[in-house]
Amino acid sequence: MQINKLQVEAIKCGSVIDHIPSQIGFKLLSLFRFTETEKRITIGLNLPSQKLGKKDIIKIENTFLSADQINQLAIYSPCATVNYIDQYNLVGKIFPTLPKKIDRILICPNSNCISHNNCITSSFLFIKKLDNNMNLKCQYCEKEFSKNIVLS
Amino acid sequence: MRNSLYKKNIISINDLQRNELELVLKKSAILKKQPAPNLLKNKIIASCFFEASTRTRLSFETAVYRLGASIIGFSDGNNISLGKKGETLADTISVISSYVDAIIIRHPQEGSARLAAEFSNNIPVFNAGDGSNQHPTQTLLDLFTIQETQNRLNDLNIAMVGDLKYGRTVHSLTQALAKYKKNKFFFISPDALKMPNYINDTLLENGISWIRCQNIEEIISEIDILYMTRVQKERLDSTEYANAKSKFILHSKMLKNARSNLKILHPLPRIDEIDHDVDYTPYAWYFKQAANGIYARQAILSLVLIENHF
Repeated sequence: MQINKLQVEAIKCGSVIDHIPSQIGFKLLSLFRFTETEKRITIGLNLPSQKLGKKDIIKIENTFLSADQINQLAIYSPCATVNYIDQYNLVGKIFPTLPKKIDRILICPNSNCISHNNCITSSFLFIKKLDNNMNLKCQYCEKEFSKNIVLS
Repeated sequence: MRNSLYKKNIISINDLQRNELELVLKKSAILKKQPAPNLLKNKIIASCFFEASTRTRLSFETAVYRLGASIIGFSDGNNISLGKKGETLADTISVISSYVDAIIIRHPQEGSARLAAEFSNNIPVFNAGDGSNQHPTQTLLDLFTIQETQNRLNDLNIAMVGDLKYGRTVHSLTQALAKYKKNKFFFISPDALKMPNYINDTLLENGISWIRCQNIEEIISEIDILYMTRVQKERLDSTEYANAKSKFILHSKMLKNARSNLKILHPLPRIDEIDHDVDYTPYAWYFKQAANGIYARQAILSLVLIENHF
């Protein structure tokens, strides 16, 4: 923990996304378009973690993630926690839950899907299968894909 | 019966509840017996065919004319602003929706009809085929034909033959019949063109059994509906196609053990998967099935555009 504190400085106010599986942090930055904000962001990659072995962490100043964004985190990092910070104090801790629907951030693997080439954003529904695996169903082309195919 | 289809977009068979399917079938039967030429008098309907589909287009347009409505549109996507000037589909639909009371769309890309519905400013959109995805009015006419010939949509043994991987008609029909109890499916296809797993899973989730079979003759005595589709040459290499083609051609001699109520359906066009000698058997129903397309399309058009339909 001491090492974490030294490597990723504390923020006064904003959100801390913790317990992101290592190698996923950078992906989240681009997927959630955190790279397009002008807010100050600090990121730690491959930090030691008791829970995960290695983890990534993202701190975004003066930004509180929406409920939608938090739940979308569950797709990539089911163990992630989102901490809200105010005046350097923890004022909220949220555990993402898998949403029913995910808009904008994924790309349909079907190359003939209309969502690739028009002024629209992708939209997927989560479908629970008999074997308890989750599939993602594109709302446009109606094709179902295993989670791994869409996320890769 | 309340008309829940009024002003609804007809994009996917999966969007329709069982009672809505039954409403369309009931209306189709009425229109087949008693044509109602003025139901849509003064309505203007756009027929937007971004790719060629002669049968579906003529069937829709006939249905529109029979209901007394007028039609505008195009049948060649390359010769309109979208193709020539690069206009988006969304803009094209947005403009057309300000001219008409409903839009029929056929487009080569999957999801195009759903996109059109998002930009049609609450003008109802009818999907006349979006790539390999959905063709809901084909499914409605298939259901109407099955109900007409078998007097029921449950407790049926249905064989589907040919391209079960890319064939949207078999996907949609299977999903629609999965809403009914005790149906049983027999799937016959080359290995490369098997029914997708998500359709098989839908059947299992609904407690409906299905089985893969090697050839038509082994199940001919058990089935009520034989739904033939074209094995698409472009989907297989030449050796695979040659093997598949010879294996799945239906000849009249293969029907000798058929049930008396068996009906052979095909979404058409037929190439060579049904030998012409089958046409002269009492089981051949594909041309009557195509003719039923007019009534099913008349029914869905009138239900969507008129609230008090009976």
